[in-house]
Amino acid sequence: MANLKEIRNRITSVSSTRQITSAMKMVSAAKLRRAQDAITQMRPYANKLKELLGNLSDGTNDGDGSIYEEQREVKRVLLIPITSNRGLAGAFNANIIKQTSKIINEKYADKDVTVLAIGKKADDFFKKTEYNIKGTTLPGKLDTIFDDLNFKRVSKVAGKIMRAFEFKQFDEVVIIYNEFVNAAVQNVNVEQMMPIVSNNVEESSVASDYIYEPSKEFIVEELIPKSIKLQLFKALLDSHASEHGARMTAMHKATDNASEMINDLKLVYNKARQASITNEILEIVGGAEALNN
Amino acid sequence: MVRLPLIRDLIRKIMFLEIVTPDKNIFSGDIVSVSFPGSNGEFGIQENHAPIVATLKEGKIKVDANGTEHLFEVSGGVVEVNQNKIIVLAD
Repeated sequence: MANLKEIRNRITSVSSTRQITSAMKMVSAAKLRRAQDAITQMRPYANKLKELLGNLSDGTNDGDGSIYEEQREVKRVLLIPITSNRGLAGAFNANIIKQTSKIINEKYADKDVTVLAIGKKADDFFKKTEYNIKGTTLPGKLDTIFDDLNFKRVSKVAGKIMRAFEFKQFDEVVIIYNEFVNAAVQNVNVEQMMPIVSNNVEESSVASDYIYEPSKEFIVEELIPKSIKLQLFKALLDSHASEHGARMTAMHKATDNASEMINDLKLVYNKARQASITNEILEIVGGAEALNN
Repeated sequence: MVRLPLIRDLIRKIMFLEIVTPDKNIFSGDIVSVSFPGSNGEFGIQENHAPIVATLKEGKIKVDANGTEHLFEVSGGVVEVNQNKIIVLAD
């Protein structure tokens, strides 16, 4: 049986670990709240934009659409995996990296693939591979985007990616991210960013005869880039919320495990303590007995 | 003869305005009139305006909310007016 001091030391170290994990859980819970708020704030804009685009596009013919709708023979593909900068979030980052690798090896096995990683974890992983970004037209240093996640910064990044698509550097752009379902559940989502997949929006019930100022085509041209930027923004917000959700769950489990471990250790400790007391008494009694004889 | 003011002149006309950006909801409430920096020049909206969708360029949105004035700077966006409900998707 391990000696008392050893067990005591282990109890102290496990409880300080528990303190850290439970603090991290609290921090993640607070950050999760804020990240979720950001998603809720974005939703009215996204819904309205979708509705407007839906209203506008069911009138126009789909033939000569925007440049971002252009379907080309797919030779070069840009993948954008979104991970976090920090670990300790369960399988959060591993899932994205696994999914990205799977897509590269299966769907785009014979294509020229480039990876533009957002978040340190994916960046660290793909930096060493042949898929790392060559050339400089794409935005670099994307780790800091999570520090202050707002639409302006995201739309700058999205703008650069869109230009790369426009200039035919890539024929397809795909985002891989964790979709936020709830604090405990995240879904790995693979979304095509460009060319735009025209999702059949249900026609709005109030079909009004709108006046278009300056013109319908102009407004569509204006709205489409916005919706692409918003798609990236939404993916980032989702991933951000998912990250904190995943970390909160992971830390919750770690705290529970630590508590359980402390209980087990305490039991062992008390047993050892009792055994040693019994031993001492036996020795004293034995000693007294020896003196009496 | 004393002419009484008509009741409909006393009640200020009210529309509902909402200005949203992807980051947050900037303004939401009842207003009397509003003017926008449209792509083809400034234009105003008052009650019972015909349905319109218009794009904005950089400039200021001036809102008259029953006496109090609000100013919002935008760098672009889209406005939709339908049945006295105005929604601005601002940048």
